[in-house]
Amino acid sequence: MAMKVELPQKGFNFENFQRNAVLADKGYKAPKVTKTGTTICGCLYKDGLVLGADTRATEGPIVADKNCEKIHYLAPNMYCCGAGTAADCDHTTHLIESKLELHRLQTGRPSRVSTALTMLKQMLFRYQGQIGCALVLGGFDVNGPHLYTIYPHGSTDKLPYVTMGSGSLAAMAVFESRWRKDMEREEAAELVKDAISAGIFNDLGSGSNVDVCIITADGVDYRRGYDKPNQRGVKEQSYKFAKGTTAILTEDIRQFVDVVEGDAMDIS
Amino acid sequence: MPITHEYQSASPVKAPVEHRFSPYTDNGGTALAVAGEDFCVVAGDTRQSEGYHINSRYQPKVFQLSNGSVLATGGMYADAVTLVKRLEQRLEWYYHQHEKKMSVDALAQMLSVILYHKRFFPYYVWNTLGGIDGNGKGCVFSYDPVGNYEKHHWNCTGSAGHLIQPFLDNQIGFKHMQGIQRRFLTPEEVVRIVKDSFTSATERDIYTGDYVEIFIVTAGGIDVQRVPLKRD
Amino acid sequence: MEYNGSAIIAMKGKNCVAIAADRRFGVQALTLSTDFKKVFQMNERVFIGLPGLATDVQTLYERFRFKTNMYKLREEREITPSTFARMVSSTLYEKRFGPYFCEPVIAGLEKDGTPYICTMDLLGCITTPADFVVSGTASNQMYGMAESLWEPDLEPEELFETISQSLLNAVDRDAISGWGAVVHVITPERILTRTLKGRMD
Repeated sequence: MAMKVELPQKGFNFENFQRNAVLADKGYKAPKVTKTGTTICGCLYKDGLVLGADTRATEGPIVADKNCEKIHYLAPNMYCCGAGTAADCDHTTHLIESKLELHRLQTGRPSRVSTALTMLKQMLFRYQGQIGCALVLGGFDVNGPHLYTIYPHGSTDKLPYVTMGSGSLAAMAVFESRWRKDMEREEAAELVKDAISAGIFNDLGSGSNVDVCIITADGVDYRRGYDKPNQRGVKEQSYKFAKGTTAILTEDIRQFVDVVEGDAMDIS
Repeated sequence: MPITHEYQSASPVKAPVEHRFSPYTDNGGTALAVAGEDFCVVAGDTRQSEGYHINSRYQPKVFQLSNGSVLATGGMYADAVTLVKRLEQRLEWYYHQHEKKMSVDALAQMLSVILYHKRFFPYYVWNTLGGIDGNGKGCVFSYDPVGNYEKHHWNCTGSAGHLIQPFLDNQIGFKHMQGIQRRFLTPEEVVRIVKDSFTSATERDIYTGDYVEIFIVTAGGIDVQRVPLKRD
Repeated sequence: MEYNGSAIIAMKGKNCVAIAADRRFGVQALTLSTDFKKVFQMNERVFIGLPGLATDVQTLYERFRFKTNMYKLREEREITPSTFARMVSSTLYEKRFGPYFCEPVIAGLEKDGTPYICTMDLLGCITTPADFVVSGTASNQMYGMAESLWEPDLEPEELFETISQSLLNAVDRDAISGWGAVVHVITPERILTRTLKGRMD
């Protein structure tokens, strides 16, 4: 009997939900999810806008990733910073990225920020805050630069300077004291760097490096590792071990071999 | 107007909401101690935190005691300070009564008794005591909050305790290494390993950082080093 | 995770990668077997380690085996570790609201021989660092060990010692993992598999 291979059903799958609920009832807790403790922010300036993010991802009190990317690509003229449950931020932005690409192919026009905004907020609202991502969306379209924040339940804000994540208060303090209208490009990038740095140093959930992304009418300048104030120092000594230090019970070596093709088949 | 304070939920099933004050908090941080042949190294980071907030970048939780030993604490800082105050008082009484300083072994036993006396409202502190014993040998004692204690050669407690302990097992105790000459390390070697332990723990534990303070206890006295760590 | 106990670690070296796992299968504190397989070879140059709930470990392995075989038949080529990682990630995220209790570790060599390692949380959030990845109940201990022991550009034999020492010392400080270990070192020329002598208590 031939087995028919079916395409997987689209959308989320709840097969294991009940099993997990039973396990949780019996006291077996689920593993911790990776969260981006996070400081993310963005601000408008004269010719466009700047997005910024730190690069630490945490799993409880432990740093899971020291240099993760929190500024996600959405479209050639649009990027999005994510805070909250890392898997949700990754997959949600990825999904919207695909939808925008298809939308562009369909319409033959560059994407608008309000389109992405609507897609994101409708999706997040549909899931009632269960998809735990807090976003800072920034882009430049026919209507000029736009900067939005989107909360996990689907509400949105449109402001000239915004912050999100556990370090948002530290970063907002910098913006509130130093943001001005119509700043120059590098001035704005430095302000965003300082705002993120405030989060990195004063919030334990944020850390490592500063990523910055400058979006204008002329294109995008994504500066990964714009500032690296937290490089690891040199260790006091090397901890290499002599060969044979570890006790071995069994050994199996599988050598790769190059398979040489025989003479070509005569097909004349 | 009806009184609704004790009911917070809008759901039809009204359950009383309990308001309770927790007297305990965890201020994070890591401390370790290593006993050498005739010396002892005790170290701790100096970050004090609460949740995602840093209270202080330099608030040492490793204390030099008047009998020449060093006590490293972890857990709740307020309890640690109170505990050290009590210990210092007892050390002074002992000195005046017996005209000599209390030995580290005696202090170790006394600390256990003080902790157990608060068995049902414990000091929320994980202690590690390091010093030189009566025979001139380095010694380390570690405690749980209610006074259970044990003598070790090396020990690490606190928020990055799980990270550093196996590293000490490996590098100080030569665990899982064959064909290696087991020996006591020199103070310089131990200090190097301690520094690397803390720089590594700082990379992965969000509660460890800012500075590490290292106390090297020898028969000649106590030498203190302060090394900066990452501040993020 | 804490139900069965496990410890898996992967490290990058100079033109090579290594992946190592403990061999215990137990139900909470009760050890049932000491030759449990947690690292699986998907093809010549791709390995996946599956720590977590044992039933999910085996279910997921079968699903990945099915999916990689289908990929091979459809595409007429072997899956690369980075592509495989995206596939694993999507498989996990599909069950966002009823996840498998498993945090996979993937190690392998890309088509051009570049080392690749990554880990994921149970929802499929990929982490691809430049040095090492750890997962399982002894993850804190392994973080501490690897963060101290690892250094760049280790040769295959040096990498073997470093990863073995990281794992063996870590599992001794975790009550529900250990009981022996297995290490795979993948180089462009060969795959080296060794079982290690560890504490059995």
